[in-house]
Amino acid sequence: MKLKTTVLLGAAVAGLLATGYAAAQQQQFIGLPSYRVGPYASGGSGIYGGWIDYMTLINERDGGINGVKLAWEECETEYNNARGVECYERLKGKGTTGNSVFQPLSTGITYSVLDRVAQDKIPLVTMGYGRTDAADGRVFPWVFPLITTYWSQASAIVNYIGTKEGGMDKLKGKKIALLYHDSAYGKESHAIMDKLAAKHGFEVLKIAVAHPGNEQQSQWLQIRQSKPDYVVLWGWGVMNPTALRTAQRTGFPREKMVGVWWSGAEEDTIPAGDAAKGYTSAGFNVAGANYPVIKDIDKFVYGKSKGNMEDKSRLGSVYYNRGVVHGIITVEAIRTAQEKFGKGKPLTGEQVRWGFEHLKIDDKKLAALGATGFMPDLNVTCADHEGAGKVKFQQWDGAKWKVVTDWVEGDKPLVRGMIEESAAAYAKEKGITPRDCSKES
Amino acid sequence: MFYREAGQFKASYQEDQQIFTIRQDRVGFWAILAFFFLAVPAFANQYWLQAILTPVLIFSLAAIGLNILTGYAGQLSLGSAAFMAVGAFGAYNFMLRIDGMPFIVAIILGGLCAAAVGILFGLPSLRIKGFYLAVATLAAQFFIVWALVKFPWFSNHSSSGVITTQEIVIFGFAFDSPEKKYLISLAIVAVLALLAKNLVRSTTGRAWMAVRDMDVAAEVIGIRPMRTKLQAFAVSSFYCGVAGALYGYTYLGTVEPEGFNLDLSFKILFMIIIGGVGSIMGSFLGAAFIVLLPIFLNVAMHSTLGGAVPASLAANLELIIFGGLIIFFLIVEPHGLARLWQIGKEKLRLWPFPH
Repeated sequence: MKLKTTVLLGAAVAGLLATGYAAAQQQQFIGLPSYRVGPYASGGSGIYGGWIDYMTLINERDGGINGVKLAWEECETEYNNARGVECYERLKGKGTTGNSVFQPLSTGITYSVLDRVAQDKIPLVTMGYGRTDAADGRVFPWVFPLITTYWSQASAIVNYIGTKEGGMDKLKGKKIALLYHDSAYGKESHAIMDKLAAKHGFEVLKIAVAHPGNEQQSQWLQIRQSKPDYVVLWGWGVMNPTALRTAQRTGFPREKMVGVWWSGAEEDTIPAGDAAKGYTSAGFNVAGANYPVIKDIDKFVYGKSKGNMEDKSRLGSVYYNRGVVHGIITVEAIRTAQEKFGKGKPLTGEQVRWGFEHLKIDDKKLAALGATGFMPDLNVTCADHEGAGKVKFQQWDGAKWKVVTDWVEGDKPLVRGMIEESAAAYAKEKGITPRDCSKES
Repeated sequence: MFYREAGQFKASYQEDQQIFTIRQDRVGFWAILAFFFLAVPAFANQYWLQAILTPVLIFSLAAIGLNILTGYAGQLSLGSAAFMAVGAFGAYNFMLRIDGMPFIVAIILGGLCAAAVGILFGLPSLRIKGFYLAVATLAAQFFIVWALVKFPWFSNHSSSGVITTQEIVIFGFAFDSPEKKYLISLAIVAVLALLAKNLVRSTTGRAWMAVRDMDVAAEVIGIRPMRTKLQAFAVSSFYCGVAGALYGYTYLGTVEPEGFNLDLSFKILFMIIIGGVGSIMGSFLGAAFIVLLPIFLNVAMHSTLGGAVPASLAANLELIIFGGLIIFFLIVEPHGLARLWQIGKEKLRLWPFPH
């Protein structure tokens, strides 16, 4: 009875799909598995907004990378693993050379596509999340947890606390409470904190907060009773402002609270009101719109009304700037790869992978990009897929984030040892023979 | 004209009791099976096999599970995703800890674990009914996910609690490509769906329906409500457990406990409501609808609106349209897609004469 309408509808859809496929020619395609709805939309919209704006900037200001324009397509994952896999499969074959990089911004999706990227030869970039031991590039050739991993970050936080106390030896006998999100993400912190505690002689008090974390009375009661010297806030989403507010009510000084980079955005502090004042958080990028790269985006992208953000005032916020870092790193990796595989033509995922593995962003390069002090310098190698391991600490002054330290590095030998140990266990479980990096060019 | 049973006589009980009493239905059924077993893997591309058809099959199985419990036995449940989690983690641990464990056996054992847990959480159904029971099964949803995160033994002490499922090898034959993974899912789902169809037509199924319709009356005619209800919980959880194991092994490859959250339970509930409560066929239609529609909307949004509207508005529009369509469907046909199909068949039998 509805045969005709069905056929017409089907034809219309097929036509739409066909036009979508035909559009990308001689462009470097980048698939964006974004999330703009769902529980973490505030983070997703900021990061993907910043990233898209940066790619628009490259297209508008420079005419692409050596003349190759960037093309991208978004796919809504709702932070859901199954949808993420669907997006990965949908995007992987698009563009002239296929998807060049996959950055899902979700630990769950990262795990789900970990095996697939090796088969399809698409680099998987997980900046500041995902599988920490993937930093060992010999076992995980296709995965790049660039800039810094959870373990480096935890170690850097302990180093920061150490310098605040006046030396690492002063940590002896101190008590640090680890208030963590009770999930895979929160538990990433346990192994490294135990190691560091044993090394420096402080005590770790692990306190779990159940998802989503808007009820923390009992946890803070426990903190008040055990009187820790510091609280490390390993939170996510609504858990962060709740922790800050409850800390205020309990009377715990926010100056003694140090957050991780998923607890250090405007979205975490502004809802907490003045309870957030004095709170410090780590971050692999800084907040602020006063960097030349952000000013360029304002001029070349928003000046031509091509911006992605609905709320332009979010330019320069932590999440937005993190998106710009995603953009910078992706673009520079493609640029690096073009130097080897030929300028001015789109590259395959495998070639872009080479670019990521040989990515070097030093101070000079950062200055040229207009991003001095915006993100740490980077030196990725075959064995080390992390490349930096540095974070900056920012303090909330009640209205904005203020940078309070230079780049702080973690305990590299310790972290690297743990990474290699864990990666070796994975290789053994999966029957992978690690690559010999001395034989790679 | 073509779809008419005139001239088809049933001369034995056996013929009277078959699932499809009309020859055209039987032919159609075999044609559909042949299409999905032979034509689809030969012609469908990787994206369709891996990202669309395999999850639809797996969710169909989970929906059958919930449909047995809610549609046939009348026990509301919001814990389906948790039982899927038990199946996935159960199968994973059997494969991990017992050397030479065959894949199919591990999947079945995973399902049996889920069945055991299902019976445990089905116990309150003996005392409470309806929405109160739904809330009680919520406890299963939260408890199981919590337990899987809390005790690292379940995920083999993985630092982040995520398990990576082992390779599927049956008799030395590795199921590693999308086609093979699709085929193994299809085979398992087809067998279990057929089993479910027969189960609901048998004494067991009739007892479930009697308890659903009026448990006091069912007890009066000699059906033991306790046994019947727990049986429904066990069978339903078994189906969900097997679906969960397939979800881990043939679809995602890695699963974390949070993947089986309340959202997924709700999704499975929507599948049976949209597809048709109390219908095996409806479970398939509902699963296809709930899995495909958001993807279709997402693709359509990006190719039609593209740069015209802000991306976050497009993403929200998808949700709005999705919700709107569900409401529209339920108003037009409260008994779900399966009922539409049934009406269509009845009309076909009369066609071209309206009476």
